[in-house]
Amino acid sequence: MTHRSLNDTTRLELLRSMILMRRFEEKIIEAYGRQDMKTPVHLYIGQEAIAAGVCAHLCREDYLFTTHRSHAHCLAKGADPFTLYAEFYGREAGCSKGMGGSMHPVFPELGIPGTSAIVGGGIPHGVGTALASSLRGDGRISVVFFGDGASEEGTFHESLNFAGLKRLPVLFVCENNGYATVSPLSARQPTPHVVDRAQGYRIFTQQVDGNDVEAVYAAAESATAYIREGNGPAFIEALTYRWQGHVGPEEDWTRGERSKDELDRWKEKCPLELLRERLGDALGPGAYDAMVAGIDADLVAAIEQAAAAPFPPVDQMHDVLFRKGEC
Amino acid sequence: MPWTTVCLGKEDLAAFEEQGLRIRSYVEAILEAQRTILEQDPEAFLIGEGIDDAGGVFGSTLGLADTFGERVMDMPISENGLTGVVTAAASVGMHPLLIHMRTDFLPMAMDQLVNHAAKWHSMSGGKVSIPLVVRAIIGRGWGSAAQHSQGLHSLFLSVPGLKIALPATPHDAKALLLAAWKDPNPVLVFEHRWLYGHTGPVPEEACTLPLGKGVVRKQGSDATVVAVSYMVPMAIQAARELEARGVSVEVVDPRCIAPLDMDLITESVGKTRRLVLCDVACRTAGYCAEVVMRLMERDPAILHGPVRRVCFPDLPTPASPVLEEAYYPGVPEIIAAVRQTLS
Repeated sequence: MTHRSLNDTTRLELLRSMILMRRFEEKIIEAYGRQDMKTPVHLYIGQEAIAAGVCAHLCREDYLFTTHRSHAHCLAKGADPFTLYAEFYGREAGCSKGMGGSMHPVFPELGIPGTSAIVGGGIPHGVGTALASSLRGDGRISVVFFGDGASEEGTFHESLNFAGLKRLPVLFVCENNGYATVSPLSARQPTPHVVDRAQGYRIFTQQVDGNDVEAVYAAAESATAYIREGNGPAFIEALTYRWQGHVGPEEDWTRGERSKDELDRWKEKCPLELLRERLGDALGPGAYDAMVAGIDADLVAAIEQAAAAPFPPVDQMHDVLFRKGEC
Repeated sequence: MPWTTVCLGKEDLAAFEEQGLRIRSYVEAILEAQRTILEQDPEAFLIGEGIDDAGGVFGSTLGLADTFGERVMDMPISENGLTGVVTAAASVGMHPLLIHMRTDFLPMAMDQLVNHAAKWHSMSGGKVSIPLVVRAIIGRGWGSAAQHSQGLHSLFLSVPGLKIALPATPHDAKALLLAAWKDPNPVLVFEHRWLYGHTGPVPEEACTLPLGKGVVRKQGSDATVVAVSYMVPMAIQAARELEARGVSVEVVDPRCIAPLDMDLITESVGKTRRLVLCDVACRTAGYCAEVVMRLMERDPAILHGPVRRVCFPDLPTPASPVLEEAYYPGVPEIIAAVRQTLS
């Protein structure tokens, strides 16, 4: 059992990272009914172990590309919750100055040059920064997250083919949550395992339980080590489940999509609870609640500050069409 | 003005050769621009299908792989994926130049060009720009047919965030490509295969032109002909023939269709009051229509006669030589169109 090799300090860091992701989005759910956060939110609740377990192995300089379901990956890479919330509220202080909303976060200083909300659109981007690192010899690696639906796009195959061909330093992480909006994988793909297709491109592949943060951590540890040693690309398929609907704060069963039984079964496998149980006495009495309370206090301050921040000037949308000058 | 003249034959070149000016072909100009880019810019690289093979993209990349090694890269037949790859490389400061032997391969890359490269700077609130250059060549003749001869530049006109250049002379082929390289935004450069052998004065040093500034290729007073790419030399030829018959035609080459030099076009049409527009593409919803619309927005009374377009018909290009001959408009069609605007 790989998780037994993790020390408690690492486990506590992973737990804290997952609580931040969970509570960050639960604050969105609380605020969303007020109708003033005018951005389509794609929530990650239930999948936190993947972002936490993978990003624990990244340096600030490494590149990361996420998707329309982007919040957790940005937080795990070090994004300030305030700049995300401010972006969701369409404020000038947002990470994209109110030009991107929830689906296009950008943190160049954290290695997130941009985010695509076209399914599969971001996969070649992770290969592109890996190509840049390869040409420059800068030692950075790139990580690109995407869902099972993206593996049906041409860009998935084009990107894996090129990364495999050029032995590029890129980690592909497929978060297989079994659904593209509410279309089950079985209605879309001939085999249940995305990882089978990645193997054909001469890529180091692993499949893990995406709700077990220690399993994800271990898989990402060997994958990133493989890449940093110059061996070429790696691929992780993490099996998981999205609790909320494709977009918005509701659960799908409330709209007659996906069954409540299925959701309840997956809630039994909550990645946060799983790790909390494993930590057992190491967490100490009241420690979990204290951790949540501390994170909550910061998030409440951030979201309130964001909701009160000024909107961008109207001229801004003209000003940012083109970069001025020469490069 | 040697750098703005369109040389149609040996007589045109002779004068410049006597002045000791350097004469190069369109394809040589493209090749030397890329050599300059690769020599001066360690962050630049070229990538495209077969760009390091014996033909060297109709000669336009010949020898570059020998000099610059891995910075001149062959690529898998993955137009959209690789457009995404180079777009992201540009997002972290590299300067990729992606080459398509045929314009017709661009629709394969629409998602990455339209949804990603064009919008990246805006979506990031101006934090990240995409200094990407895409070269694409418009083919013609020898039965190239419907999938190897399209002029698709105007498709991109409705996509804010892209710049679109169509060089018509060897000088402009060099200067616009170098300008595209220096521009921090995505720039599409549409070359025409039938211009590759055209020759004219090309300075040895790196020269650039501002993207979005056109040029009056020939002064005239009776009618304005706006033309791009391969239609520019044809417009010059038509203007010369008309001049011999007493009609003074001004030929304006906007050089880019995005941004579009409407000040220059408006100035010319304001003088002549007659307008013909020429394109290397099908008629409908092309840059010609956009020019006329913008003229009307500026001054609804600017035209004193009917406006005419000289474009490909709204049909896929046929293969048979007889049909090809009938498909492509040329000098006689431009002359006829000018006469109609004067009627």
